[in-house]
Amino acid sequence: FRIMAGKVKWVTDIEKSVLINNFEKRGWIQVTENEDWNFYWMSVQTIRNVFSVETGYRLSDDQIVNHFPNHYELTRKDLMVKNIKRYRKELEKEGSPLAEKDENGKYIYLDFVPVTFMLPADYNLFVEEFRKNPSSTWIMKPCGKAQGKGIFLINKLSQIKKWSRDSKTSSFVSQSSKEAYVISLYINNPLLIGGKKFDLRLYVLVSTYRPLRCYMYKLGFCRFCTVKYTPSTSELDNMFVHLTNVAIQKHGDDYNHIHGGKWTVSNLRLYLESTRGKEVTNKLFDEIHWIIVQSLKAVAPVMNNDKHCFECYGYDIIIDDKLKPWLIEVNASPSLTSSTANDRILKYNLINDTLNIAVPNGEIPDCKWNKSPPKEVLGNYEVLYDEEMAQSDGPDRDLRSRSGQSTAVKGNRARDSGKPVLTTWK
Amino acid sequence: AMLDPDNGLSFTIARIVQRLKGSSLHSQLERQARISLHKPEIKLESLKEDIKDFLKTSGWEKKLQNAVYSELNVFPSPCHPAAPPEHMKEPLAYMRKAQGSWEKRILKSLNSMCTELSIPLAQKRPVSEQKELLNKWNEMGTDEPDLSLFRPVYAPKDFLEVLTNLRNPNYENGEQPSFRSHLGLIQVPLKVKDIPELKEDFSELGLNIGQLGIDDSAQVPPEFFENEHVRVGQKVLAEQDSAAAQQYVRQGCPTALRADLWALILNISNQPEDILYYEQLKSNVIQHDLLVDSLIFKDVKLTASNDDYYFVFEDYLYQVLLCFSRDTSVLEHFTYSSATPPKSYIRGKLGMEEYAVFYPPNVNYNSFILSVAPLCFLYHEPSKLYQIFREMYVRFFFRLHSISSHPSGIVSLCLLFETLLQTHLPQLFYHLREIGAQPLRISFKWMVRAFSGYLATDQLLLLWDRILGYNSLEILAVLAAAVFAFRAVNLMEVTSLAAAEAVLADLSTLKVMPLLQIFLFATVT
Repeated sequence: FRIMAGKVKWVTDIEKSVLINNFEKRGWIQVTENEDWNFYWMSVQTIRNVFSVETGYRLSDDQIVNHFPNHYELTRKDLMVKNIKRYRKELEKEGSPLAEKDENGKYIYLDFVPVTFMLPADYNLFVEEFRKNPSSTWIMKPCGKAQGKGIFLINKLSQIKKWSRDSKTSSFVSQSSKEAYVISLYINNPLLIGGKKFDLRLYVLVSTYRPLRCYMYKLGFCRFCTVKYTPSTSELDNMFVHLTNVAIQKHGDDYNHIHGGKWTVSNLRLYLESTRGKEVTNKLFDEIHWIIVQSLKAVAPVMNNDKHCFECYGYDIIIDDKLKPWLIEVNASPSLTSSTANDRILKYNLINDTLNIAVPNGEIPDCKWNKSPPKEVLGNYEVLYDEEMAQSDGPDRDLRSRSGQSTAVKGNRARDSGKPVLTTWK
Repeated sequence: AMLDPDNGLSFTIARIVQRLKGSSLHSQLERQARISLHKPEIKLESLKEDIKDFLKTSGWEKKLQNAVYSELNVFPSPCHPAAPPEHMKEPLAYMRKAQGSWEKRILKSLNSMCTELSIPLAQKRPVSEQKELLNKWNEMGTDEPDLSLFRPVYAPKDFLEVLTNLRNPNYENGEQPSFRSHLGLIQVPLKVKDIPELKEDFSELGLNIGQLGIDDSAQVPPEFFENEHVRVGQKVLAEQDSAAAQQYVRQGCPTALRADLWALILNISNQPEDILYYEQLKSNVIQHDLLVDSLIFKDVKLTASNDDYYFVFEDYLYQVLLCFSRDTSVLEHFTYSSATPPKSYIRGKLGMEEYAVFYPPNVNYNSFILSVAPLCFLYHEPSKLYQIFREMYVRFFFRLHSISSHPSGIVSLCLLFETLLQTHLPQLFYHLREIGAQPLRISFKWMVRAFSGYLATDQLLLLWDRILGYNSLEILAVLAAAVFAFRAVNLMEVTSLAAAEAVLADLSTLKVMPLLQIFLFATVT
């Protein structure tokens, strides 16, 4: 029986005050990665090294890290789409009602990722789809990059000739992941507020994939574009119109440093309830919770559910003008940079609540613990989905994705985060 | 017509009839009556009764009721049919005088700004500029005009200074200041309510009565109050009854019903002619350039653009405020306001009424902006947003910017605040006064902006529900006092005005309804 003596020893390779202040306030001790450490907040490059076959790193029971070894199954754009497609096909094969399709062949409950293809691999499939709707706009995103780098929009096939497999200019040789792109149907009818486009950033903490246990941070936010949205083709090149990443918006002329172009999710809810009504707003938020849980379920089978790991993801979601949410991407390393004072407070609290869940009582961890924190430590997190709890309620409840906590916090839509099978939303 | 002077009621009726005659409602009613003649249930023998019944069942009588109710709410009853018009504006001569001087000061400041910058108060825009403005009408927020030379015409503290110096020349206050005298900044003897009277007036906020903002919180099961309240609200909306709506919102509006309830209370229905009127104002903006426009731009940039909640609606604010400053229909409310707006004419069109523009007394748009912005959370159709704002202005907000003796006027609100504080928290009041932190210096800016920009939006909307419900701004003064009461412990420890300001700097986490309820109903007096 191990005695938990001594303070937690931490390492990080991300020099951000919101992290370091949180470690220090717990009285933890900073060490280097060569020493005996208990807690390592790593960048994604480091996690790759730690778990790579060559290094043969073995973590001991009192060591915790903040990434799952193969998180990229969820956080790389092409793999995320691949896993979701695979998940849907599996459900269809087993005849699950979740995989039900409508008369146009679209999944009723699982159509939450815009149509996406990998380039150059699926180029021909893409062309077929493109020709069905030649006036549509598509967004090209490099698989391996973040912060809006390398993204551009196209509305003509000629603009992506480079990726054609038959093209003489294509490089079959360098199929390395750095060259790969995904191309997705661009959501050109986003919900606008004040005439401006925005996306949602939500934080989701996963403590284990099998059984799936995940938490949603209540204080997500909307990121607004500074320039008025226009679907006009002449503005396709204007990234300030289309991309909501703060890294991009920060350099626009209109970027404001006091509010940073952000709204809280509760503001959004107030606005939508006031202008659209309560039912459709509740439905929207239920759907958002649903698509997050489904995306995690999709990758759960392939995830290396290493017990030393937890992960806090940044989910990017866009809402269209029919109030349907779309999953755009999932970030393994959501930015911890603060653009405003409020931002800094939010991120500080985010890390604080995350650590309270991942490292119980702030003591030296034992990765064999059951990863079931008491309700009191959740802070601003609420349980999004707890597979163990859901299963203990009965097998068919699994489809309802019921949260493990029975106390219904009002406005906590996680309570009904799953769609019942024969549904109200039909 | 000569009326029996004792019969104020028939005078009121006559006035309302006069106002509604020739209104679009009048012509609609006539049209409906004419259409009904084709209906089988209308018989020649009982024509009058049958038409009346028809108007009742088809809901038109209700619309007329709402219009009458609206008139009663907005226009005060005349003090005496023979009283001169100035008395309807403001019965007290010294208040009228003070307002007049204040307006002169503002106009002087405006005129000197014009001269300094060689810009006329109003001029016609060249055609190319008109085209440009029309193109970017929906995104004026992206404009970055050079506004460095424009300064706000006055700051809230200038206005407070004027109010502080108000004196009633007929009031002899020679006695030495004692514990009975008023120790605040406002030194005019207006009558304000005390807590027992407020408790009666605001009885629906009592501890035994369900409230949104308290009884809809996460820990309370919705079956206790919320569900039933929503049901009643839906019924009120279905009935389209203004008076019932006004009573209902005293307990707060469910978020999904608020936009419609406020429109019902304010009697805004966004008819085609209303939309047309708005479009006309818009074309006035396109065609003519006012000096005031630059002041609006500057103020929006300074206030709303930097606000966590309102920055998203920057463009709507320009649209509403630019139109508002050209809306001469607002002038008719000045018959009951102590203010008289300076009028000007488009350059070259002196004396031609169709080229007249007026300057609302609050030329400092700071407070305006923050009273439009919360409405953007409810209405996103520009002409409706505009009308709601205009109606809120002529019913309530104008009183925050002009000097008058009205119980909802800013002078009375300041006095009410100070009196509540001095009476119920005397220790705190004396302490703050001693350290040079007169409480009104801190709370003035909250009240003059109806707390917009200080409270979280959902809390602000709950507060404004009660302004509409009680048709009074007194709740602003009560809330201001309640905030001081809430932070009393910390305030007792400060030793300077700056420290007191710091304690009260952030109201964004406050829940207004519990504060009000505790202050009014649960404080031992």
